Amino acid sequence: MSNDSVTSSDQGAVPSAPPTRRGGEVLLSVRNLHTTFKTDAGPVRAVKNVSFEVRRGEVFAIVGESGSGKSVTAMTILGLVPSPPAIIEGEGIFWKGEDLLRVSPARMRSVRGNEISIIFQDPLTALNPVHTVGRQVAEMARIHEKISKKAAHKRAIEMLGLVGIPQPNKRADMHPHEFSGGMRQRAMIAMAITCNPDLLIADEPTTALDVTVQAQVLDVLLEIKDEIDSAIMLITHDLGVVAGLADHVMVMYAGRQVETGNADEVFYRSRHPYTLGLLASLPRLDDTGVEKLLPIRGAPPSLINIPSGCAFHPRCDFARDNCSVDVPDLRPVDSEHHYAACHYAEELENVDFRAIREGAGT
Amino acid sequence: MPSYIVRRLFLLIPVIFFALSFLFFLFFVLPGDPATLIAGGADRRPDPGVVERAAERYGLNDPVIVQFGSFWKRVLVWDLGQSFINDRSVNDILGEKAPRSVRLAIWATMLEIIVGITVGLVSAIRRYSLSDKLTTLGTAAAAAIPAFVLGFILQYGFAVYPNKHDWPQWTQLKTSRLGPDSWFFFFIPTGDQWRYLILPVITLACVSTALAARMMRGSMLEVIRADYMRTARAKGLSERSIVMRHGLRNALIPVVTLIGIDFGTVIGSAVLTETVFSWPGIGSQIADSVGSRDLPVILGLVLVVVIAYSLINLVVDLSYAWFDPRIRLGQGASS
Amino acid sequence: MSVTDPHSTATPMPGMASGDSGIADVAESRPLRKDVVKRFVRNPLAMLGLGFIVLLVVVAIFADVIAPYGFKESTEPRVSRAGPGTDHWFGTDTVGYDVFSRVVYGARVSLKIGIVATSLILVLGVLFGAAAGFFGGWIDSFLMRITDIFLAIPYIILAISIATVFGRSENAIIIVLGLTGWLPLARIVRSSFLGLKQLEYVEAATSLGFSRKRIMFGHMLPNALQPVIVYGTVSIGSVILSEAALSFLGVGPQNPTPAWGLMVAEAGAGSLASASHMLFFPAFAIFLTVLSFVFVGDGLRDALDPKLK
Repeated sequence: MSNDSVTSSDQGAVPSAPPTRRGGEVLLSVRNLHTTFKTDAGPVRAVKNVSFEVRRGEVFAIVGESGSGKSVTAMTILGLVPSPPAIIEGEGIFWKGEDLLRVSPARMRSVRGNEISIIFQDPLTALNPVHTVGRQVAEMARIHEKISKKAAHKRAIEMLGLVGIPQPNKRADMHPHEFSGGMRQRAMIAMAITCNPDLLIADEPTTALDVTVQAQVLDVLLEIKDEIDSAIMLITHDLGVVAGLADHVMVMYAGRQVETGNADEVFYRSRHPYTLGLLASLPRLDDTGVEKLLPIRGAPPSLINIPSGCAFHPRCDFARDNCSVDVPDLRPVDSEHHYAACHYAEELENVDFRAIREGAGT
Repeated sequence: MPSYIVRRLFLLIPVIFFALSFLFFLFFVLPGDPATLIAGGADRRPDPGVVERAAERYGLNDPVIVQFGSFWKRVLVWDLGQSFINDRSVNDILGEKAPRSVRLAIWATMLEIIVGITVGLVSAIRRYSLSDKLTTLGTAAAAAIPAFVLGFILQYGFAVYPNKHDWPQWTQLKTSRLGPDSWFFFFIPTGDQWRYLILPVITLACVSTALAARMMRGSMLEVIRADYMRTARAKGLSERSIVMRHGLRNALIPVVTLIGIDFGTVIGSAVLTETVFSWPGIGSQIADSVGSRDLPVILGLVLVVVIAYSLINLVVDLSYAWFDPRIRLGQGASS
Repeated sequence: MSVTDPHSTATPMPGMASGDSGIADVAESRPLRKDVVKRFVRNPLAMLGLGFIVLLVVVAIFADVIAPYGFKESTEPRVSRAGPGTDHWFGTDTVGYDVFSRVVYGARVSLKIGIVATSLILVLGVLFGAAAGFFGGWIDSFLMRITDIFLAIPYIILAISIATVFGRSENAIIIVLGLTGWLPLARIVRSSFLGLKQLEYVEAATSLGFSRKRIMFGHMLPNALQPVIVYGTVSIGSVILSEAALSFLGVGPQNPTPAWGLMVAEAGAGSLASASHMLFFPAFAIFLTVLSFVFVGDGLRDALDPKLK
């Protein structure tokens, strides 16, 4: 893993871009991205002013509930959001310096699958039922490289083996419905890494799987990352998945970033009530069974009727008067790369989610 | 897979048996007195002498069981009897007329597949555009128009009107009879034959083409929204490749079944179309025989049609398995 | 017999999308009656079709008033095969009857046959389909074998065969079309019931001790009703089409009953050159009627389940 420590971003000061952290070169730099959908009921701002960076070799996690905009962000990066209903604006999505928002469709196609790959949530529906798995994996190679059918097939078998699928040569001739859930997801991963992408986006990769299988798939992801020296953008609502894997975390709510930082900072020194709420709602292994679960009260807002001011305020235990009026900026708290969007982020410094839990328990 | 084929063939036999027996029952047992039917029909009062002679001649006085037995004995050796009207062997009639209907059917089916699927595909890709809306309207109209209405309209437009108004000979299409019976490779028309072929084929294919197009559009729209299409896009495939390589085969699955089921409609349309265009095939023969109550001919032709229809359905079902690997094993998805 | 395809109400294919991920689902999935009506009304083709059908019904009911002549009334002096004119808006036919009046009375014939036969189809189809789907077991297998056997015989052939034997009259045609048309509907209803049977609320009702009849009629039937309504509407059009075809072939109502198909047959190819009015007016009557039912059926289907558009 490369170890250039870049001490300051060479792209100029951008208000909400976290500038520095330890890690490799910056591969992806998203700046002020907005994705808005025009619907009969009004504009839906699925992604609002989101900025972040992903570096080589790191695991970058985007965390949030359904409707938080995390999947849409990923789709927008790859240009998979159909643009007439959607309006995409922003300073840019810079992939190795190139702005993906303004490249030609041909270039975009050559990026997809080749430099940035994505694996989806439900492998059963994401794979074409009438083609063999081998053919679908090989197709990835045939699209982006000048390679014969036979050679592509060999590569497909190699990839299937790499992700831990037994008897890959036989399995390659089978169809998706003949695989088990975990196998299918591994096959999707195999397909995604065929062309050695530098960034692998994983959109809820384990949500459709049994718990026991989830861990296996996550292990595969990590192994692969090291094998091909890529970065992983992990999108999930499951904090348990994030905890073991992520180097850097971005928490989204109602289309906005509400907290960004490295894993330690976000987990142990959270500075946003939403993050604290999420963490507090996790059941713990050492619960004796007497404690009640602590969900965040209320429900995620409809993206058409977003609450005024801070979108989280109706559900926030710490809300004050101005929270319903002023939208909080994403600003640095306690370190250069830890940001939170809360008016009272400083006051949350000594709040430990364990304490909230215990407090609620009494 | 082979065991699947064998199994289906076996299932076919009882179905055909019962279907044909039902038809026998319908024609020779149910009317109470088929002899009366033959001799003039239930609406008129036939001369009892004529009735008696008809009954004698065709063995209709024997008990039902005997008739049933002799019916099946004859069917199994493929002796379909003789026409009540002109004593011609039904087999001869069949031999003479069947090829003509088959030719129409081949062309109509080709038209249905090529035009129907293409139109459906294009209108799905260009959904909600003006051309799509027009196509939807057009296919709805085409599906609603009865074959005989369309046949007459086409006749009028392409033969009668130009004739009346003295258009040049080459623009006129022929609209009745068969034309020079010259064919290449059994169904490709040579010489002037195509003039006689075009209008009946269009009439015959009209309804089923419209239905196929509608089905294809619906199926393609569903496929376009499927997750695996998004995956294909995420791989970097061009839009055209996505549609052709990933979408098409999935979208064709229900359409293939429709084409098979629809063959029944084609057969029905054939009866009407052949009548309108005086095309001397099985269809018009059935229509004529119905009019003249020529039971053996009706029964014989219907038997042939039923068997052909069942076999075609079988072939379609089998090809369905080729299209959709999920059903190849006879079961659905394993987990 | 399907003019529009009931096949498109079939189960959606696996792989139905998550579509645009991340968007909150603004619309509801089960349509309320008001929404259905609203959607239907907004569909221009469906409303057009409905309008024509209403017109047809009015014409049929008030035929005596609307038609200037009786349908088997010959005029004095007898004018045969006359073109459209002030005396006879649609002209006269070979025997001298007024074509316009016959077309008007023909509406009665067609609608009567269409509605009665469809009612028969609905009753038979729902009964058999519900029984097969609900009770399952040998009843199901038996019924399915029977439908298989009948489906092996192409529809028109079956109709012709039965009609040949049963005589040529309106009522015979009604019976024929009713007896042959319920098969696809039974299949549809059966699969609805099979699907619904699995649903949990049926289990709940059973465990609460509701009688089977109550479950079937009170709980399952209302939900299975949706495709039935669409099928029934389209079926009226299909029946009218089939009746026209059968009349054309000579196995339907006979003269002097003014069946549209019969009128077309009488006109025949021979009339094209000189007296095409005899053919085209009844022919268009058939075409427009069937087309209207197609539009209405499509409109109903789209209104009940807009996602399949």
